[in-house]
Amino acid sequence: MSDLCTITIHELAGRLARREVSSLEATRAVLARIDDPAIGGAVRAFITVDHEGALTQAEAADRRLAAGNAPELCGVPLSIKDVLCTKGVQTTCGSKILAGFKPPYDATVVERLKEAGAVIVGKNAMDEFAMGSSSENCAYGAPCNPWQLDHICGGSSGGSAAAVAAGLGAASLGSDTGGSIRQPASHCGVVGIKPTYGLVSRYGLLAFASSLDQVGPMTRDVRDAALMMNAICGHDPRDSTSLNRSVPDYTAALADGLAGMRLGIPKEYFGEGLDDEVRQAVEHSIRLLREAGAEVREVSLPHTEYGVAAYYVIAPAEASSNLARYDGVRFGFRDMAADELLAMYRRSRSQGFGPEVKRRIMIGTYALSSGYYDAYYKKASQVRALIIEDYRAALEQCDLLVSPVAPTPAWPLGAKADDPLGMYLSDVLTIPTNLAGLPGMSVPCGFSREGLPIGLQLQAAHFGEEKMLRAAWNLEQRLAISDRRPTL
Amino acid sequence: MSITPEEVAKVARLARLELGPDEVAAMTDQLARILEYVDKLSELDTSGVTPVSHALAVVNAFREDEVRPSLPREEALANAPMANEEAFVVPRVI
Repeated sequence: MSDLCTITIHELAGRLARREVSSLEATRAVLARIDDPAIGGAVRAFITVDHEGALTQAEAADRRLAAGNAPELCGVPLSIKDVLCTKGVQTTCGSKILAGFKPPYDATVVERLKEAGAVIVGKNAMDEFAMGSSSENCAYGAPCNPWQLDHICGGSSGGSAAAVAAGLGAASLGSDTGGSIRQPASHCGVVGIKPTYGLVSRYGLLAFASSLDQVGPMTRDVRDAALMMNAICGHDPRDSTSLNRSVPDYTAALADGLAGMRLGIPKEYFGEGLDDEVRQAVEHSIRLLREAGAEVREVSLPHTEYGVAAYYVIAPAEASSNLARYDGVRFGFRDMAADELLAMYRRSRSQGFGPEVKRRIMIGTYALSSGYYDAYYKKASQVRALIIEDYRAALEQCDLLVSPVAPTPAWPLGAKADDPLGMYLSDVLTIPTNLAGLPGMSVPCGFSREGLPIGLQLQAAHFGEEKMLRAAWNLEQRLAISDRRPTL
Repeated sequence: MSITPEEVAKVARLARLELGPDEVAAMTDQLARILEYVDKLSELDTSGVTPVSHALAVVNAFREDEVRPSLPREEALANAPMANEEAFVVPRVI
């Protein structure tokens, strides 16, 4: 039954629709694989597994499938990053401060997946409050890379990427504030999309940096990513930054050939620090995209090297404000011994938050504090404007920007644990996308000699998701590596 | 710009965090390195550049002011560390 766990959504949907297999069988197979000490137990991709809820949802999905005309996601078992609220199911955001928190409502994206009949098997491990690039900041244990268990799976949506790669649910939803969908997708050999800011509702997404956060799918192939986009995109009146515009059928973008498509290669993304094997895999993919009919030209994004610095002011500034809500009053951890209100706030937060979260709250509070605001927050917001202008100019000359996702393949667990700044710098190629609110995507493009996956990044102008999907699908067809799975 | 342990302690108070002496020392060192890196931004001349706080030109989203059901009190209180039948309970304030 293990192939039931590792096939794509569109393959499983066909088998479910033909009633060759039931959702209950598929869901049980995934739950058994999660519970298997040698597979789920080794990858540790989940903080919470909802056995009972999943089986109930699977039974309901089977009734819809039996009635016919069920949506394509109906009966498909998948998982959700623990940053999204799931009604009645523990949602921790990878933090001790939210241990036991059971949201009274579903995030809009979760609601939409449930309406489509998807079966939610559990909540994925992640860096605490989505702050990290390796998922080692998870208060419930770091997930491992299914391709090499002693390596990181990336972050912050590391549990999501690991689960999809390891056959623990057909897809997952992640969140991306500075690369948190694309980078783990790259390190685990799965497809990940960070949609245009505002295309997907953030209602029920636990906020990290509200002007940068966006929810997106992580899947085993490009067609599955398009199917997930169809389910989650669209206006939500409960999110005031959600855009009111019509959503296309993204699977219609998966057409053969790239004639007329202009690809820009940003030269700054191929500079110092780029691993040779990553460079070779990306250059090989660019040749394949050219063979598919695309025109390729070099472009420049001159302020790329300032992206990380601007981000590490803006994101912590927004986080320091967003995380003020964790005060031990309405939900989350409280130090019951504190007998005075301010002491209760301080002790609850100090015991509930982990070191990286405290570090970012401190940076953000400092950058916003009196006397430093102009030097840090205002300056970073001006540099953000320069980065946006870079993209505008480059995307006049091309339809897509093609580059690596991460400068290196996954690194060994623990290798950057004592080096916060080194960890931040690993996001240099993904952070600018969020600062500009653009869509970005990671698609698998090869493997290192060690057998670790390498991802190709596509970035587009706002609402360029269809172009990204089309290029990614054409690459996937020509590379023919999307059926490779880790051995567990 | 460097940062002193006294400043770290002050920022911690503003952020409602309680840091022990070891944490203040470690945090001072780490924040100094991060801020030193962030000072890279000062290489750029940004005079006359309008700061951006939101990547898309989104204007205020208004909706009709209609009465709608809200979260029932019991559900709102369900996750509270301490509550009575009608309110969140906190330690004394004054």
